[in-house]
Amino acid sequence: MLLYALRRLIYLVPVAFGVSLLVFALVHLAPGDPISAIVPPDTPKEVIDKLKEYYGFDKPLPVQYVRWLLVTLSGDFGTSIGTGRPVAQEVGSAFGNTLILAISACLLAFTLAIVLGTTAAYAKSRAVDRLVTSIALFGVSVPHFWLAIVLVIIFSVELGMLPPMGIGPENATSWRLDWPHIRHMILPTIALSVIPLGVMTRTVRSTIKEILSMEFVTALQAKGMNDRQILLHVLKNAAPVCLAVMGLQAGNLIGGSILIETVFSWPGTGFLLNSAIFRRDLPILQGTTLVLAFFFMMLNLTVDVIQTFVDPRIKRA
Amino acid sequence: MAIQSPSLEIGAGVGVAVGPVVVARGYWQSVSRRLRRDPVTLICGIILLLIVASALTAPWLGLADPYKTSMIRRLYPIGSPNYLLGTDELGRDMFSRLIYGGRLSLFMGVMPVVCALLIGATLGITAGFMGGRVNMAIMRVMDVFYAFPSVLLAISLSGAMGAGAENTLLALTIVFIPPVCRVSESVTTQVRGFDFVEAARASGAGTFTIVRVHVLGNVLGPILVYATSLISVAIILAAGLSFLGLGVKPPEPEWGLMLNTLRQAIYVNPVLAALPGVMIFITSICFNLMSDGLRAAMDVKA
Repeated sequence: MLLYALRRLIYLVPVAFGVSLLVFALVHLAPGDPISAIVPPDTPKEVIDKLKEYYGFDKPLPVQYVRWLLVTLSGDFGTSIGTGRPVAQEVGSAFGNTLILAISACLLAFTLAIVLGTTAAYAKSRAVDRLVTSIALFGVSVPHFWLAIVLVIIFSVELGMLPPMGIGPENATSWRLDWPHIRHMILPTIALSVIPLGVMTRTVRSTIKEILSMEFVTALQAKGMNDRQILLHVLKNAAPVCLAVMGLQAGNLIGGSILIETVFSWPGTGFLLNSAIFRRDLPILQGTTLVLAFFFMMLNLTVDVIQTFVDPRIKRA
Repeated sequence: MAIQSPSLEIGAGVGVAVGPVVVARGYWQSVSRRLRRDPVTLICGIILLLIVASALTAPWLGLADPYKTSMIRRLYPIGSPNYLLGTDELGRDMFSRLIYGGRLSLFMGVMPVVCALLIGATLGITAGFMGGRVNMAIMRVMDVFYAFPSVLLAISLSGAMGAGAENTLLALTIVFIPPVCRVSESVTTQVRGFDFVEAARASGAGTFTIVRVHVLGNVLGPILVYATSLISVAIILAAGLSFLGLGVKPPEPEWGLMLNTLRQAIYVNPVLAALPGVMIFITSICFNLMSDGLRAAMDVKA
């Protein structure tokens, strides 16, 4: 297994190289050059040239790329054009906030999905199965940013029960484990969990249904095992498939929380990315995208390795 | 039976398995018969047809001008006289804007999938049929795009390129090419291994004939079904980009953008502010159900 992990890690190198190339290209997709976009229009040309030289935008593209790659690899993501603070620092603190929200949404979504999906697969009555499939359909079809607004309308505007925005009371910028902060988390967590809830419920239901129709289940029943013991076997067989989808969903949650973070003004990577786009702060855009993509890659790698551990039958080339 | 590792695509892990030979004419007839007997798919189809038709014929329906603003009649509630669904934050008729909004919202959702289908399927079928180095080259490039969460890729691309409908279309197309390509590749690789392809080659069929008759005939169904399942994701994503201010620019009526500009009104007229989202929701749920029905009717294994 260690060998497999190592091989996968080596295989990741060219992909990571491609990712860095794409992220670097992001800056040059932008119309105009990165400096002229942010300085006042009456800035003298000498100042613009000085700034370009300072940020290295005056060199040819391949040189810029190699320089950027080397500097980035050493852990220096540059400085934010908007705030002048190091990008690594800004992305780091935002990433923590995003992670907290993503973890709580994952916990909620995955627990519910496993319970619902298993119930539906086992359900003898069609009504239960219909109900669960409808919940799953709702999850994959609802525009989650709209659901976020609806939640704010119901629970903040109409009922006044929960705060509509922010990570904590009094313009807090970081999370703490206490009731006022948890209150701020409730609505964003629900809004963020609907998509993974829908996708996971579908996956769990169909996987378990498929396994239940396999011969080994009949064999176990014939041996006289009770339902609870058989459920353990079924869950164990469903685990690899579900784990893979879970990993993908968790990654998408972290990368895709931008809309929810914007609605709730949650100071995470998505919110940072959004404000960077509108300030045309390209170093932040690059840094955030790069960090999130690498996290996503590592997450997928981890899930793949865990999968082979859970189910040794999976043979990897 | 060993459990295969699922392929990783946008949304659920959907591995598409190839059904029996589908070239026979009877296949499509039986598909359409099964579709006609499926009430859910039928109803969704009718709702979608209504939304599309009203969006297309909007200028001739005698609706109020969706651009005409008025400072006096802002945020009228739903059911006001002359304004069936009230007015928005600039006094424009909501009903008219919701109908007109379908034009851009549907276009921005469907177009990227169509483009991605053309490009992605071509790449995927090529990779699957040629195999070897060509396959390696194409699929490794796709892997790079797979290293990004799809929403992040869409937002970073259109964020870097700047706001505007064209950039959103481009960004979404890029986002959807890799999953279509991956599905096409895996289906084609499967079909290529079937005996009838070998038989066709042995009986002297050229590469072009084999691809056109034997591969395309068996591969297009599953790819098409997969692509329809992407439409609802694309509609939500496109609306999301507009919601962030990265898509269509005001004052164009578009559901995502309307949801954004109406956010300031949630304290004044909350139900009105949520209306554009209802349209997105209905459309996406209908596309999802249609895609499920199509998959069942075409007997494609999900």
